[in-house]
Amino acid sequence: MSTGTIAASPSGLKVTRIGLSRDDLAMRLGLVALAALLLVMVGLPLWALLSKGFEDRDGKFVGLANFITYFSTPALIDSALNSVKVAAFCTVVVVPLAFVYAYALTRAVLPGRWLFQGISLIPIFAPSLLPGIALIYLFGNQGFFKGVLGGPIYGFDGIVIAQVFYCFPHATLILATALATADARLYEAAEVLGASRLRTFFTVTLPGAKYGLISAALVVFTLVITDFGIPKVIGGNYNVLATDVYKQVIGQQNFSMGAVVGMVLLAPAALAFVVDRLVQRKQVALLTARAVPLVPRPQFGRDALLTGFCLLVSTGILGILGMAVWGSLIKYWPYNLSLTLDNYAFANFDSNGWDSYYNSLQMAAGAAVFGTALMFVGAWLNEKTRAFHVMRGVVQLLAFLPMAVPGLVLGLGYIFFFNAPGNPLNFLYATMAILVINTVAHFYTVGHLTATTALKQIDPEFESVSASLKVPVWRTFLRVTAPICLPAIVDIAIYLFVNAMTTVSSVIFLYAPDTKLASVAAVNIEEAGTTAAAAALCVVIVATSAGVKAVHVLADRFLLGRLQAWRRR
Amino acid sequence: MSYLVVRNLHKRYGTFTALGDISLDIGEGEFVCFLGPSGCGKTTLLRAIAGLDPQTSGTIHQKGQDVSALPPARRDFGIVFQSYALFPNLTVADNVGYGLVSRRAARRDIAKRVEELLALVGLPDAGPKYPAQLSGGQQQRVALARALATSPGLLLLDEPLSALDARVRVRLRHEIKALQRRLGVTTIMVTHDQEEALTMADRIVVMNHGAIEQVGTPQDIYRAPATAFVADFVGAMNFLPGKLAAADRVDVAGLAIACPAQDGLATGHAVQVCIRPEDVRVRDLPADIANRLPIEVADLDFVGSFCRATLRVQAAPSVELIADFSSNLIRDLGVTLGSRLDVALPPDRLRVFAA
Repeated sequence: MSTGTIAASPSGLKVTRIGLSRDDLAMRLGLVALAALLLVMVGLPLWALLSKGFEDRDGKFVGLANFITYFSTPALIDSALNSVKVAAFCTVVVVPLAFVYAYALTRAVLPGRWLFQGISLIPIFAPSLLPGIALIYLFGNQGFFKGVLGGPIYGFDGIVIAQVFYCFPHATLILATALATADARLYEAAEVLGASRLRTFFTVTLPGAKYGLISAALVVFTLVITDFGIPKVIGGNYNVLATDVYKQVIGQQNFSMGAVVGMVLLAPAALAFVVDRLVQRKQVALLTARAVPLVPRPQFGRDALLTGFCLLVSTGILGILGMAVWGSLIKYWPYNLSLTLDNYAFANFDSNGWDSYYNSLQMAAGAAVFGTALMFVGAWLNEKTRAFHVMRGVVQLLAFLPMAVPGLVLGLGYIFFFNAPGNPLNFLYATMAILVINTVAHFYTVGHLTATTALKQIDPEFESVSASLKVPVWRTFLRVTAPICLPAIVDIAIYLFVNAMTTVSSVIFLYAPDTKLASVAAVNIEEAGTTAAAAALCVVIVATSAGVKAVHVLADRFLLGRLQAWRRR
Repeated sequence: MSYLVVRNLHKRYGTFTALGDISLDIGEGEFVCFLGPSGCGKTTLLRAIAGLDPQTSGTIHQKGQDVSALPPARRDFGIVFQSYALFPNLTVADNVGYGLVSRRAARRDIAKRVEELLALVGLPDAGPKYPAQLSGGQQQRVALARALATSPGLLLLDEPLSALDARVRVRLRHEIKALQRRLGVTTIMVTHDQEEALTMADRIVVMNHGAIEQVGTPQDIYRAPATAFVADFVGAMNFLPGKLAAADRVDVAGLAIACPAQDGLATGHAVQVCIRPEDVRVRDLPADIANRLPIEVADLDFVGSFCRATLRVQAAPSVELIADFSSNLIRDLGVTLGSRLDVALPPDRLRVFAA
């Protein structure tokens, strides 16, 4: 504890330097530790990846040689173009679909609204290869509707359909949020001024959702371009950036070229991220505290039409999920359609058997517990530490970085960084710990943002009050701040758990034989040709993550309400 | 020596000066209001005194001790914010006892003290409730009880009443003032509401653009504003632009207005002559009264207990001034729109400021 100093400034005035209380000192130390941790978890692996791109196979610096090779290899350029093409096409398909769906959820009187909302979220709980597998059952060489598409499902068509399924909930969530924050007064004003429904839609609704639309488009584009599971399963010979990284690293052990492809993959994702941040900043100014929430009124024609639309989309989603479930239960597709649980005896298909599932549970639980603690305490330190602006800026930057980094790229960076011979952290390599660390890092931004938003919503003067009452800041954190933010904390934990269960991209480079995860095992099993068992493993993953989410929703309704009696008026 | 001594306090944000060379003395047990428009630096000054937003330079002594560089946790104050900052997940009793728990007091003593404090602020039964179950005024009192729980030597109130509706605000003004007088705790309150400052404060510090305009009792501030800003900000005021024709006479659009002798200003200097609307005399004007002006009533706004009249000087129609006419006066003299009558501007009620 210091008492502060008063030093003479150049202008002759005595500049006051306020002393640090014990709390200030502890918080600053915590913030420095957090910055160091994030540097190891995110910054240094990325740096390792970037520098690897400029080295040859033996680690000698070769300047831009790898990039020259890359850009003079037509096959690699083609994949990059393919990636952009698929991503653009999916964006054009998903955003309008999701917009109408979100519009129905927020602006129409929809029978069973919560059910439609729930169904639209299902893809989030599945590993991305699930829709790929379902499509193989439906349209594959031995599929039900083989030939309906006029060509093989493997390739562009398959990737697009599966990606639409996979990206749909993300776009819908964003657009539903954007549409939900409408000001009823604007609609009343439009009505009073005699605007037609169509004109109101184009002059009020659409501009109001503008930033949501941009954000949704960017998210879909990024998700598609960085996803690995779908093109792996159903891409066939249609190469994209994500599969190229995998092939270069796992197939050809060409790490340098893998790093170069990773950087190419990083570019559009990072760009989309920056644009999104700029757009988000504008979005804030759009909302006013005095807005009156819009409550939809029944309107038969519109409601019927939108209900029909939602039924159609929901059927599609449930159809794909149902196909995967059914496929996992079938003895020998398509010749013997009798039902069996044999495909769930994973030991017959993968040496790890059910262990990979238990590994996933362990990893997801670890990520949820440690990740949530780190993200929440970290966001708190960053919000509440007095002054110390530079270090807070550093932490903010490192916390935002993972959002812009595709999982494959981060995973690759982890190989380069943690597996480097001289690295004292080398002992982490090929352990469960590195999978947890990687997953927490990969999903850090959303957790950090959720925590920061929750912290910003509570009174900024709590710490000032505590200081005036001479109560140490950690006590206020434990007794007040954390309990108030409990819903956000649980949200972060669930988010981490679900993503840890389903993620493939980042961890596919990092598992060891005894730490293989279920999602990775599914990829391996599928690769080996046993689609049914891969489907079974995907179904187990969906059931687990969706089950956890369901428990969360129920607990939220019945348990949390009791714990948070103080919210009631 | 004064309880709180502020000397040469500066606060800069980059090139913006939020506080410029503030010096101020506050006596023990005094109730002082920092009054000014938003952005005048009054909250910045309060937060500097608390150590929450430390000054760039300058010193603060509290009870003889130099606290200029101490973090807030090592200063002696209780604070109530505009938002109250009550902990929503703790009961009222836990909120009030929050600062007592960390002092390792026995549980029974804490409970007793909390009970005392809640009785003090007039909420003896609110203990087990949560803040969300209380009205705004009640929450405000709980925040006050919490701030007083540790018996601080200095109580800081940052716009404590501005989130409340008008009726509650008026009632709480009296309650806070009475409580402060009873406890004798030195108190600083920040407000932009001049009525609040006039009714509650022992002394008012009027601030503008990061500087102190005037320090004085409410009567001083109202009757003898030191600057044109104070004259304008506190109460209603007529400003008549003119030129100093002699030491005790101002030329306003050709009218010679007699005023108190001005020592500091040279003849010919551009000035503003000020008079409050209620000081414009109408009844029983003696024949030889100074500054008699024949006027025409150009506008008449009914405000309830009185009418605010806009008067146009007949000899100089560009000169308008407002005056407060009681309902009696309007009835007795039959004043209506367009009425012509004589008024007088008593020289002892005029203030003259350099323009």
